[in-house]
Amino acid sequence: MFDISPTEWTAILLSLRVATVATLIATPLGIGIAWLLARRDFWGKALVDALIYLPLVLPPVVTGYLLLLTFGKRGMVGGWLSDHLGIVFAFRWTGAALACGVMSFPLLVRPIRLSIEAVDRKLEQAAATLGAAPWKVFLTVTLPLALPGVLAGMVLGFAKAIGEFGATITFVSNIPGETQTISSAIYSLIQTPDGDVAALRLVLVSIFIATAALVASELFARRATRRLHGN
Amino acid sequence: MLRVDIAKKLGDFTLEASFTSEGRVTGLFGASGAGKSSLINIIAGLLRPDRGIVTLDGETLDDTAASVHIPPYRRRIGYVFQDARLFPHLDVQQNLDYGRRMNRLAEDPAQYKRVVGLLDIGALLRRRPGQLSGGERQRVAFGRALLSKPRLLLLDEPLGALDEGRKLEILPYLVRLRDEAGIPMVYVSHDAAELRQLATQIVMLKGGHITAFGGVKVLSVSSEQH
Repeated sequence: MFDISPTEWTAILLSLRVATVATLIATPLGIGIAWLLARRDFWGKALVDALIYLPLVLPPVVTGYLLLLTFGKRGMVGGWLSDHLGIVFAFRWTGAALACGVMSFPLLVRPIRLSIEAVDRKLEQAAATLGAAPWKVFLTVTLPLALPGVLAGMVLGFAKAIGEFGATITFVSNIPGETQTISSAIYSLIQTPDGDVAALRLVLVSIFIATAALVASELFARRATRRLHGN
Repeated sequence: MLRVDIAKKLGDFTLEASFTSEGRVTGLFGASGAGKSSLINIIAGLLRPDRGIVTLDGETLDDTAASVHIPPYRRRIGYVFQDARLFPHLDVQQNLDYGRRMNRLAEDPAQYKRVVGLLDIGALLRRRPGQLSGGERQRVAFGRALLSKPRLLLLDEPLGALDEGRKLEILPYLVRLRDEAGIPMVYVSHDAAELRQLATQIVMLKGGHITAFGGVKVLSVSSEQH
């Protein structure tokens, strides 16, 4: 039962890699957008807000198809990227990371935005009177105080990314060793005769990863809160 | 020398103030709602005037006619708020050091020692703001503002959030600050007694307008009104 096969290992490691890369790239972007939404008023803000939350409410297969149209080999962005920068998303693990990043983005941004909104602007003003330029205020006051929210967003995003299925399989298909993540491996195994035991093994693995992520986030959040309030 | 000649509309309230101050401690006196905080925020650069000018030692900080507005972080004007506003994620020492780091000033152990001694906060350096009493927090806030080496120090009712006992505890530090730190101050208060002890010059505000200007004696003329 606990003898994990090489194919299964490949899927597990690929899932971890895809989710990690997606989270690490989405986090700075998410912090920037969360800050814009929390602290700035600009033309089209409502539209940006809606666009970010779209993947949460659209059917994942629709998001996946839109990604295929945009970032596929003949897509507007995908074609340019592959011609000029040699970056290919279609049917590659990088595409899986992109799909997971897009799908998890709303979950990642929301806690970060809420925690930035919760930072007292009076502290930011105080920092400015002490000579801190706006970007320094952000790095030395806003971001450290919003850290628990950033960590919460990263964990939520990571958990969503590791479980993402619909958009990923639509965009980059289900190729063992390249785009077959735990979710799509389980999906394949369930459809294979005698695949039940292997599927169950992967189910246990994904439960383990999800639980570990939650425990880690709890520990981070507790440590961050303690650091902030100095007890 | 601080020169202010501004107008600012805030909702139904209009602030119009013009004064020049050369005193060591300029007391901004008035009841709550008189426009004291708005005026001091304009001097700090946190609020932009609708029209007018603010200059400090000949340097233009605001000049609406020429579209000049120096942002607060380039003004080198220290600000002590009523609610201290210490950074909760930094300990006292890091709070004190913040302004020096942000302004990229060289370390100045002599000044640091002097300020810490003056305010009697040497025992608190390793603590977080959450572990300080209200009076201690305010003393650290004075130190933090002083150590950023400002050209002018703004104090917005720094004793306002403290009870009588704490006020009496802090007042002597402020007198020492005035006599030893050598930085001109603008001190906002609605407490005439406080200003009599500290200020060398008074600007009296009422309903957004300056009603009196002069030595500390202007306080006794109109203190009955407040």
